[in-house]
Amino acid sequence: MERLRRHPELQAWLILAIPVIFLLIFFMAPLLIVFVYSFLERGKYGGVEWVFTLDNIRRVFDPLYFKTFLRSFYIAIVTTLITLGLGYPLAYFIAKSPPSRRNALVFALMIPFWTNFLIRTYAWVMLLRTHTGLINVTLMNWGIISKPLPLYGNDFAIILGLVYGWLPVMVLPIYAALERLDESLLEAARDLYASSGKAFWRVTWPLSIPGVVAGSMLVFIPSLGAFVTPAILGGGKSLMIGNIISNQFLGAHDWPFGSALSMVMMIAMLIATLIYFRWTKKSELAT
Amino acid sequence: MQRKHLLTLIVILLIAVMALAACGGGKATEAPKQEKPAATEAPKATEAPKPTEAPKATEAPKPTEAPKEESVKPADEIVVYNWSDYVAPEMYDMFTEQTGIKISEDNFSSNEDLLAKLQGGATGYSVIVPSDYTVYIMIEEGMLEELDHDNIPNLKNLDPEFTKLYYDPGNKYCVPYLWGTTGVGYNTELLENPPQSWEGIFKAKESDPWYGRMTLLDDVREVFSAALIYLGYDNNTKDEAQLEEAKQLLIDAKKGVAGYDTDNYEDLIGAGENLLAHGWNGDFLQAADEYGNIDYYIPEEGGTIWIDNMCIPKGVTPEEKLAAEMYINFVLDPKVGDMLGEYNYYATPNKAALEIADPEYKENPLVFPPEEIRAKLHFIKPLGEFESVYQRLWDEVKSAQ
Repeated sequence: MERLRRHPELQAWLILAIPVIFLLIFFMAPLLIVFVYSFLERGKYGGVEWVFTLDNIRRVFDPLYFKTFLRSFYIAIVTTLITLGLGYPLAYFIAKSPPSRRNALVFALMIPFWTNFLIRTYAWVMLLRTHTGLINVTLMNWGIISKPLPLYGNDFAIILGLVYGWLPVMVLPIYAALERLDESLLEAARDLYASSGKAFWRVTWPLSIPGVVAGSMLVFIPSLGAFVTPAILGGGKSLMIGNIISNQFLGAHDWPFGSALSMVMMIAMLIATLIYFRWTKKSELAT
Repeated sequence: MQRKHLLTLIVILLIAVMALAACGGGKATEAPKQEKPAATEAPKATEAPKPTEAPKATEAPKPTEAPKEESVKPADEIVVYNWSDYVAPEMYDMFTEQTGIKISEDNFSSNEDLLAKLQGGATGYSVIVPSDYTVYIMIEEGMLEELDHDNIPNLKNLDPEFTKLYYDPGNKYCVPYLWGTTGVGYNTELLENPPQSWEGIFKAKESDPWYGRMTLLDDVREVFSAALIYLGYDNNTKDEAQLEEAKQLLIDAKKGVAGYDTDNYEDLIGAGENLLAHGWNGDFLQAADEYGNIDYYIPEEGGTIWIDNMCIPKGVTPEEKLAAEMYINFVLDPKVGDMLGEYNYYATPNKAALEIADPEYKENPLVFPPEEIRAKLHFIKPLGEFESVYQRLWDEVKSAQ
């Protein structure tokens, strides 16, 4: 005990040990297994044969799967942009509300998470269905449209479902950044004759960028890997990369190829993240 | 001060959100980290090859098991790993009353789920309920215990037809639970004349009322079986030209398909969203009870047949195995078998149960198809590594615009 007190470093390591061990076991080890499996041959019905091969990696670049990668990226980017467009004003509004109301608003934002995501997604199905969905039936009854709108079983429905699901995750970090913003900086800008638009652009926006980056990542990454939303709201009629990976594990019993797809996706995600960070750093400096 | 509080609040909320999102969606777990699926399955996968060698070893010293049996007492509690809503409501309580053994149930949603879970090293289950082709795989992979027929005297109640199964002749590893068919269900209020041939489905015209208002199962082997049966080929074919033809048929049919669905299709028929759907007979018949407007048939070219089975996975203790065999014996009781079949609208393989069953159930041609239709029903058989070829063709169908 005495020794511990005299060596603050040792203390720090002891405190760190638990999370570090936790991460090593539950984060690094599975990742390593996925990595190793990517280079092995498949077992007949799942599992692996311990024979080295590069075949799985080669198969990832099959045009069919590559196309699906691009499509998934496209859907994830569109989802991120829309959640950003909706989430930023919302976060701004909450941050500028009187402090007494802020907690209640943040709380309200979290309420959807009390219900299982799968159930909420099925609720969207009830709203969006082509012939018996609430939206189409209502619009038809009011005579606003004569033919049902194609709201379900397409990319529109997938993106809608993803935006709905991840919006709160975009709002929270932006709100955290805006809430911390020092009002006196804006006063200073106004004292220096900045219009309110300019003050926002030169002061508020740059200071909120860390929140925007965090929010975008939190939305982009799960959207890219989504597989429940495309299966349910997309009517199962189109594939995202998450569907292909899950099909390899469950349908084709091909664990190594599923692992290879996961690896390549993670690397692609990492590259995209790095580019994004670079880009935001630059624009942060520029403003 | 207040700011600091708020920040911590947000951090905590965020963590809660991520945790909720992770455990919330069941299958929705996917998103944050792709290594997840591998994480649960992988660590033990290195052990997976071992069980394959095991069965040969356990097969030989069978006689040693018999004397031990005397001293073994059944476990107090067993876990049945089953499809959801796939028992009669009173069944478990009845078993506990009779034997004092408690039962709890856990559920899986597909054979693939079940297989991956067990391959990943999940233990604690004493009875599992896989379908025919999955039993075949599990036997081949050495994942199942051999049944001690001395503990299952009710096996005599089984229809002899179900003792000659391609995947387990002589019921060495499993006992059939219920069986059913895959065909077409439709909304009787909105559709008077459903297409009697698969042609009406795969080559639907825009003028057909069901064009754009039908679903196919989101299951590679079921959909390819339907297409191959329509084309007059073996539904377990490994002929790539035939498969290519089936793929093209499915791609051309896609425009007329509202979606690929295995979970919700019968409700969409009942609600009138879709007019017809490719699916399992019991699902349609249960939904017909609820909505009153659903009928089911097998198109003239034929369909698929499947059998779900009770098996005991490797890794159970002798006590659990005995309790599990007692449970299997209990299900084979005529009264219990009848209850189970009538409640679920699936066919029972229990001949003694049929003798006491309600005529309305045992004479229902949708549950027990007549001989001329039975002749047109085919099993989906496991194809080993060739399943990757099916999966790739299916991915092509799915990503076609």
